[in-house]
Amino acid sequence: MLDVGRHPKVNVLAYSELVEFAGEIGNFKAKVRQKPRYIDASRCTACGACAEKCPTKVPNEFNFGFDDRKAIYKDYAQGIPSMFTIDPNHCKVILGGKCGVCAKVCQAKAVDYEQKESFVELNVASVIVSTGYELFDATQIPEYGYGRLPNVISSLEMERLLSAGGPTKGHLTRPSVIQGEKRLKELPKLIKKAEKDQNEAEKTKLEQETTWLEEQAHKYHTAKKLGFIQCVGSRDFRFHKYCSNYCCMHSIKEAIIAREHERETESHIFYMDLRTVGKGFEEYKVRGAEVSGLKYIRGRVAEILQDEELNPVVYYEDTEQRKVVSMTLDMVILANACSPSKGIAKVAELLGLELDENNFVKTHPNRPLDTNVAGIFSCGCAQGPLDIPESVAQASSAAARAAEVVMTEGLPIAV
Amino acid sequence: MKNSVQNDIRIGVFICDCGSNIAGYLEMKELVEYAKTLPNVAFVQENLYTCSEGGINEIKVAIPRENLNRVVVASCTPRTHEPLFMSACEEAGMNPYLFEMANIRDQCSWVHMREREAGTERAKVQIAMAVAKAAKLRELSRIQLSLSHRAMVIGGGVAGMSAALALANMGYEVDLVEKQDRLGGLLNKLNMILPSNEHPSILVNSLVDRLKNHPRVAIHTESVVTKTEGYVGNFVATLNERGADAKIKCGVVIVAIGAQAFKPEGLFNYDGTKVITHLELESKLNQGTVDAKNIAIIQCVGSRSKERTYCSRICCMTAVKNAILIKEASPETKITIFYRDMQMYGVENEEMFRKSKKLGVRFVTYDPKRPPTFDGESVSVYHARMGRDMVTSVDLLVLSTPLIAQDGATEISTMLKVPVNENGFFLEGHVKLKPLDFATDGVYLCGNARFPATIREAVSQGLGAASRAAGVLSKEALFTSGIVADINADTCCGCLGCLQVCPYGAINFIENRGVCQVNKVLCKGCGGCAATCPSGSARLDGFSNQQIYAQIEQAMAG
Repeated sequence: MLDVGRHPKVNVLAYSELVEFAGEIGNFKAKVRQKPRYIDASRCTACGACAEKCPTKVPNEFNFGFDDRKAIYKDYAQGIPSMFTIDPNHCKVILGGKCGVCAKVCQAKAVDYEQKESFVELNVASVIVSTGYELFDATQIPEYGYGRLPNVISSLEMERLLSAGGPTKGHLTRPSVIQGEKRLKELPKLIKKAEKDQNEAEKTKLEQETTWLEEQAHKYHTAKKLGFIQCVGSRDFRFHKYCSNYCCMHSIKEAIIAREHERETESHIFYMDLRTVGKGFEEYKVRGAEVSGLKYIRGRVAEILQDEELNPVVYYEDTEQRKVVSMTLDMVILANACSPSKGIAKVAELLGLELDENNFVKTHPNRPLDTNVAGIFSCGCAQGPLDIPESVAQASSAAARAAEVVMTEGLPIAV
Repeated sequence: MKNSVQNDIRIGVFICDCGSNIAGYLEMKELVEYAKTLPNVAFVQENLYTCSEGGINEIKVAIPRENLNRVVVASCTPRTHEPLFMSACEEAGMNPYLFEMANIRDQCSWVHMREREAGTERAKVQIAMAVAKAAKLRELSRIQLSLSHRAMVIGGGVAGMSAALALANMGYEVDLVEKQDRLGGLLNKLNMILPSNEHPSILVNSLVDRLKNHPRVAIHTESVVTKTEGYVGNFVATLNERGADAKIKCGVVIVAIGAQAFKPEGLFNYDGTKVITHLELESKLNQGTVDAKNIAIIQCVGSRSKERTYCSRICCMTAVKNAILIKEASPETKITIFYRDMQMYGVENEEMFRKSKKLGVRFVTYDPKRPPTFDGESVSVYHARMGRDMVTSVDLLVLSTPLIAQDGATEISTMLKVPVNENGFFLEGHVKLKPLDFATDGVYLCGNARFPATIREAVSQGLGAASRAAGVLSKEALFTSGIVADINADTCCGCLGCLQVCPYGAINFIENRGVCQVNKVLCKGCGGCAATCPSGSARLDGFSNQQIYAQIEQAMAG
């Protein structure tokens, strides 16, 4: 990412979207809308003084709300381009209120509350669509309780919890604990408010909640017994019929990392077929069992309930044992399917691209980068689920196809 | 005054928090104050992320402002970040070899997460070592190389053909070398391709036609590369074309030699008639001579085992594809696939998997600890779902065997000095980030030579390797690293110790003078020669004895 950001021949248009598109291979014209950051990009040095002083806290989307960011923010520290952005939905000034702290502390004088959107016109010979994917929304599967049971999380939430730079600094603190601690901090204020409003019933309720949460506190612990559920939204006729390709491997990887972080961690992976087709993948899976003690259980989880300690309880058929059994776990990690990105329909319409029945960009069976429009290529998860090595390889291939167009001066190439 | 290198050494030290990776475990303020006390240090700064755009800018701004002529960054690993920091120094007008790095993350904060005080002391020593070495660094320069804008692709299968065509379309001359008498590789032996539902000859012919008619492609069939010399930009390959030797000059080489199907000799009574491999089934299907009524297919024959630890990626889909083709032609044929995990990854494969089930193909899992057996008439297996043994009578048994390394892979590995893995497949520079590059500059890989791949994947990798190669070919000139070895001819005794340890073949013995000499273009600066040389004649620029002694003195001082 940094290489791209630094490359003299790469013009990065972040926080931008395509709004108009016309032309043909060798001569496309695109209009790109750059959303206002309310920051002068030429002045911001990303020193972070603004975010330090900004009084408005917003749940941090990058960490799935496990912690807060400010209304002036950067997605994450290494982000490219390195500059801050004001979130117009939360900044008091932009919402018409009083504040202006960031403008005051900014020594570079980069804050510009009046900034408007701008448009860039591009003239290009070829186009690569690499719009990626979205994580399948597991709340669509009510029996798994995602969104309702605090200790059932998505694969990407697990990535953030495991990250040394994440909200828990790599410790597997259970989300119920993160939420409980946050609530315990809020409760005294709410109780005071109830007192002030002379709302006795509310006050009693809040006090009871405080006592309960404090009682829970001694039981708080990091998650050590983990369950990974495969094919959540994939290979499922209700949602995506396809296999999402990479989830078996990321569950194994997350389980191994959790074990490396905490020796007592015990992981169970519930699967239908454990798909380890990449180079070194099968060996990695075997090592996961032999070295990191992962348990692979062949069986699809039917339902997840919760006990009174907020421990998820999974019910499944162990097909090797031919029994329906249950297992109580500290935390459950769902292997969410790779869903097509929601914005792809609009991009496809603008570019005239055909999508497949799943809403991935349709490519030619034997020319894996070519879309239905000459000169427009697609790579990565935009055209279907792919793992990292295959995505990187495809990205290079798409670059080759695009370069063929550029280097033949846009002459339609025989394909 | 700017960058007066020898006198008045002014070192700038940048200490990175790496978010919480370093700052979470070490006392950063203490490190900053300590660094300020070190000799020759003119400027010290702490960054949240030195590698971020902001951090890089701070280095670039500080160099002229503070008159720095050496830079030390104490942060993460030089493996990923040294080039970045070096180019930041260069952009600010400093010789990039006057840069030094201390890895206080991987070698300190990550190791001493629970020893804050001791960890901080240790990081101080690491910084002191880097500063001491920095003071002794000398300016080095890179060597400019000439560059041949021509490519050689070894292997004329679908991956190699795709690579050759893409490079030619980009405007480069390409030599495509194929061992067999025709292009096409493994595709020539296949029957039909699903899901495109095409005969592979259509794809092969279309590629061959375009290659044959391309003015920039030279096709060499029945040809073998017997020798390569040189290095990125300047390879010279000896090509044996139907018995005659010729030399080819090229700037890059793409290895696309494919793989071969494993022959299951001695397994399941394999005889090539009643018990066959998928490749043999494909040729039977091609000739229309499959008349069996009860077909069994066994997966993972010779793969995911002790001998061959890997999953061969394409055998499950091959089995399902052939089962579909047979079922569509003769619905009454019974087909049972015995498998461990059906590796039908992605969109199209899973679709094919569903289709085969609709057509009535039976799937039975088996446990590798209780594999199926074949007595010549029927396959017996423990059926885990039913909890009992199951016997299926069979008049054709197909074994799904893995692709294994191509004949000649070892020779090419030795010749081009590129590695293969434990299974004989070529080993890329980085499994995730450089899947199509070798660690050796100017040599690339794609297709089954790398690892079993589908046709789509092989095409994509061929194009991708072409793209990576074009990254070199499109340059006007190449530069080598300044960190290279040198051998003092006056003291060299010609013992050949260095020549034996050099992994890059960068050392030559000059017979008439009885001394060894370094080819600075091939040298990767590993220092093997310098460490081996008994007379101290071989030395590595950027890692001189004085520089290393200065570091050792600091390490031992505390």
